[in-house]
Amino acid sequence: MNTSDVTKEGIRGARPGREAVTGADSALGGQRRERPADDGGGRGSEFGTYYDRPVLNRITWRPRDIAGYLFLGGLAGASSALAAGADLTGRPGLARPLRYTALAAVTGSLAALVNDLGRPDRFLHMLRVMKWTSPMSVGTWILVCYGPLAGAAAASQATGVLPGAGRLAGLGAGAVGPAVSAYTAPLICNTAVPAWHEGYREMPFVFVGSGAAAAGGMGMITAPVGQAGPARRAGAAGAAVENAALAVMERRMGMVAEPYRTGRSGTLMRAAKALTIGGAVGALAGRRSRAVSAIAGAALIAGSACTRFGVFAAGQASVADPRYTVVPQRRRLRDREQAAQQEE
Amino acid sequence: MGFFTDTSVCIGCKACEVACKEWNLVPEDGLDFTAMSFDNSGGLGADTWRHVAFIEQRAPIGVQETGVGRPEGAPDPVDLGMPSFEPPGASADGDATGEFRWLMSSDVCKHCTHAACLDVCPTGSLFRTEYGTVVVQEDICNGCGYCVPACPYGVIGQREDDGRVFKCTLCYDRLGAGMEPACAKACPTDSIQFGDLDELRERADERLRGLHEAGVGSAQLYGRDPGDGVGGDGAFFLLLDEPEVYGLPPDPVVTTRDLPSMWRHAAVAAGALLAGITATFLGRRR
Repeated sequence: MNTSDVTKEGIRGARPGREAVTGADSALGGQRRERPADDGGGRGSEFGTYYDRPVLNRITWRPRDIAGYLFLGGLAGASSALAAGADLTGRPGLARPLRYTALAAVTGSLAALVNDLGRPDRFLHMLRVMKWTSPMSVGTWILVCYGPLAGAAAASQATGVLPGAGRLAGLGAGAVGPAVSAYTAPLICNTAVPAWHEGYREMPFVFVGSGAAAAGGMGMITAPVGQAGPARRAGAAGAAVENAALAVMERRMGMVAEPYRTGRSGTLMRAAKALTIGGAVGALAGRRSRAVSAIAGAALIAGSACTRFGVFAAGQASVADPRYTVVPQRRRLRDREQAAQQEE
Repeated sequence: MGFFTDTSVCIGCKACEVACKEWNLVPEDGLDFTAMSFDNSGGLGADTWRHVAFIEQRAPIGVQETGVGRPEGAPDPVDLGMPSFEPPGASADGDATGEFRWLMSSDVCKHCTHAACLDVCPTGSLFRTEYGTVVVQEDICNGCGYCVPACPYGVIGQREDDGRVFKCTLCYDRLGAGMEPACAKACPTDSIQFGDLDELRERADERLRGLHEAGVGSAQLYGRDPGDGVGGDGAFFLLLDEPEVYGLPPDPVVTTRDLPSMWRHAAVAAGALLAGITATFLGRRR
């Protein structure tokens, strides 16, 4: 402990060194001059930085694993929902491949998630607790519910064993699937990363739209055109929702949205837009042609993947530049000070 | 319990960095100078739990004053040829001459009252101790890395060869033995003060008052207010410039403050997906 005590009369027994006064104006003969506006040391008019070093620490997640996980999770969840509908409305040619897709995608997403852990052998530590404050914890439990259902549905489909139970599992997976697609938005938005956190209102809609576009695209590739109507509609509507939500998100974010337009993340987002819109047009225009449907479906899937990788890269870019951290916070402080002054 | 770091008396000796590494057996992570200042640890991370920042400014209060006023009729300060971006004498417009100040500040984990890292940890390996501090339980951490982007201060980091995350523990082991943390023990100027937070806040207020009375108008407390975005820091600071100049976020907010709203938006989106997929099956069969 420190040797000094805080008493009613002030601090007792402090070392004299602590009383040192830095740059007291007594030393300058009382002549306090104005500060220079800019000394070149990273002190701009809007904000200062510490040698332009990032405020936040670099995101340690590997893009292939985590952006891939976001993409596969969205694909799996929406595929299960689409497969359940296809099953209920007597479209076996659409339900079968989508059930397989859901199992493959959820397996891949789990593999990516575990692979990204610093200690993969400790994955099960996730199951020690259930925390609402941690979307990763909630998501782990969602996947624990969803994975076996999707697996049972696909296994029963492939082997013909217990068809009733398989259908039931498929319906269950269809009901839980949307949660798998949507929860990944809070997963990334519940961070200090400016380009993610500031978009937390729209990100869930970007992600479910993107998931629906990917699942619809998969249905268009794998199902005969006579049965793929819902997949075409889901793909086109998903692409529309995704792009609309992104537009709203970028407008609301202001300067923090820059990474979505510039650099590698900007390139990915532009590619995603071109692919999803092209795929949506192809889905609606080419509904009589298997070949056009397959090409449009592939474009929708690729667009969905580009969206996830683009959002991930934008987050990384917004961490790397201290501007995106400091400027919005500085403005917030200034607004609060002005509001306080007006109240006086 | 917590820290009050009074940067106005920090002399940049890095004793805290060394003491911390020694006591906590933090591995060496390179001794490369950043080529911008005498800072050779860069910033906080898995292997840097105390980081001394060095800021060189041409500011008109550059007399490093030890409480002794300059005698009457003494000559003006001279240019010491301090590091600058232009050749010596280039900016000799009189105003900038000799006006130089060097800010040093020992940065550390803030042990937030509302700690984002603790909130988002999916294994429960980050926990709140009986001292009110935030500590990683290393045998539980599975290296998911979620806490790293969650921290609004950029404190916690992942050790590459190990996979787990590490940060300052406020010397949890030493506190248990009734000792103060290694950095506070090693600090030669009492810039780092350890103690009960209420007492430290009183101390800090008194120090701030003293500095303002002496005419150091730029002095400000950072992280002292329990009403701020993270509910007040367990390790707060007295700074002589704006926080961002030290590499600190000016108005950090714990990310989980918006989480209820995030869950609501996600639930609506999931419902919309279910409804939308259902809608694709309506109408005539095509």
